[in-house]
Amino acid sequence: MVGGFGLVGAPLTLIEGLTGKDVDGLTIISNNLGEAGEGLGVLLRQRKIQKAIGSYFTSNREVGEAFQRGEIDLQLLPQGTLAEAMRAGGAGIGGFYTRTGVGTELAQGKEIREINGEPYVFEQALKADVAIIRAHKADTLGNLIYYKTARNFNPVMATAADLVIAEVDEIVAAGELSAEEIVTPHLFVDRLIVAKKILTKEGVIHRKRCARVDCEACCQ
Amino acid sequence: MSSIENGVQELIARRAASELKGPSVVNLGIGIPTLVAKYVEDELIHFHTENGLLGVTEVEEEDPNLVNAGKLPVGERVGASFFSSAESFGMIRGGHIDVAILGALQVDETGRIANWAIPGKSIIGVGGAMDLLVGAKKVIVTTSHLTKDGNSKLMKTCTFPLTSTRSVDMIITELAVFTVVNEQLILTELMPGATLEQVRESTEADFVEGGFSS
Repeated sequence: MVGGFGLVGAPLTLIEGLTGKDVDGLTIISNNLGEAGEGLGVLLRQRKIQKAIGSYFTSNREVGEAFQRGEIDLQLLPQGTLAEAMRAGGAGIGGFYTRTGVGTELAQGKEIREINGEPYVFEQALKADVAIIRAHKADTLGNLIYYKTARNFNPVMATAADLVIAEVDEIVAAGELSAEEIVTPHLFVDRLIVAKKILTKEGVIHRKRCARVDCEACCQ
Repeated sequence: MSSIENGVQELIARRAASELKGPSVVNLGIGIPTLVAKYVEDELIHFHTENGLLGVTEVEEEDPNLVNAGKLPVGERVGASFFSSAESFGMIRGGHIDVAILGALQVDETGRIANWAIPGKSIIGVGGAMDLLVGAKKVIVTTSHLTKDGNSKLMKTCTFPLTSTRSVDMIITELAVFTVVNEQLILTELMPGATLEQVRESTEADFVEGGFSS
């Protein structure tokens, strides 16, 4: 699982790490596959992705081209179904019935069940071996808070994978985040890294130093 | 975009805005629907965007991490809140969104729409359209009346894959406003400068001529 809505809220530093790693045959669960040559779009060009599960691959025209060439397998889900499938996966639910998609091509071959006189389609939960996500701040325990619409799929992905790696702007001491504002409690989070590749108004940039006060120690 | 096309879009957006009455929560789709917000002054209308914000407003200072579902920069109004995609679509499917304004590629004569896929091309994106059609209490479609090739977008049956089996509630084009009652299109209004003859010629779908005003 890879967080983000396009490049917004995507763990760009971790994705870059993955592009430098010798892996292939990946199944990626993410709303999009980045943009052409950006974010997950780089992994696509490297042909490391065997299958992608998401809702809107249109944002990267190279996905359609790769699909036409038979280089990638795609599973398309309505965006709400994608989010809920991960929420269910993380909450120990095997699947759920939804009205979304009933009677459309996306419900073909899926179980339909009538509930209170209305047809619902069964959708299976999603889980992953690894989730790489983006948050704003973490404390040293792994509690996370998010920033504006960069939150998107990240909190549900944090719940639905065996290994959860969060990329953050800043790591603060435990106790510095208010218990009331924490969105993802630390039990969901396994590893933390500080972001070095970030999205700015000018596009994706590499920053030499992170926002940590003791940056010298981490950004050499 | 030509200035004529631009003018048509603004005309449709302004008409759609006049349908909104506070207090209500409104989700705006990509394209013409996004333009609707600037014609709304009612403080009791709150805009929702499915990528996780209730309280969308005009952008003041551009922030790359504060965007709408079309990935365009937006602002957050007083009393705004952020939430995850799962919670956001819970709001949509759960019936907590009063009005959704969406674009369409085709509309059939029962008011069902196709707006996510084109036959013969790879089907690679659906986004939140299916969820909004299922969950929003009222759905308004804003679209140009004709395709670029001059064919009616209001057809007897959609040739593109349907987005939902649910009929929308209202269709606003640059020529006319239709309401959908019992899966039947009813012409309720002619847009400024449009004639009944023009609407008849430009509409493939059967419709009932209601007691409309022009």
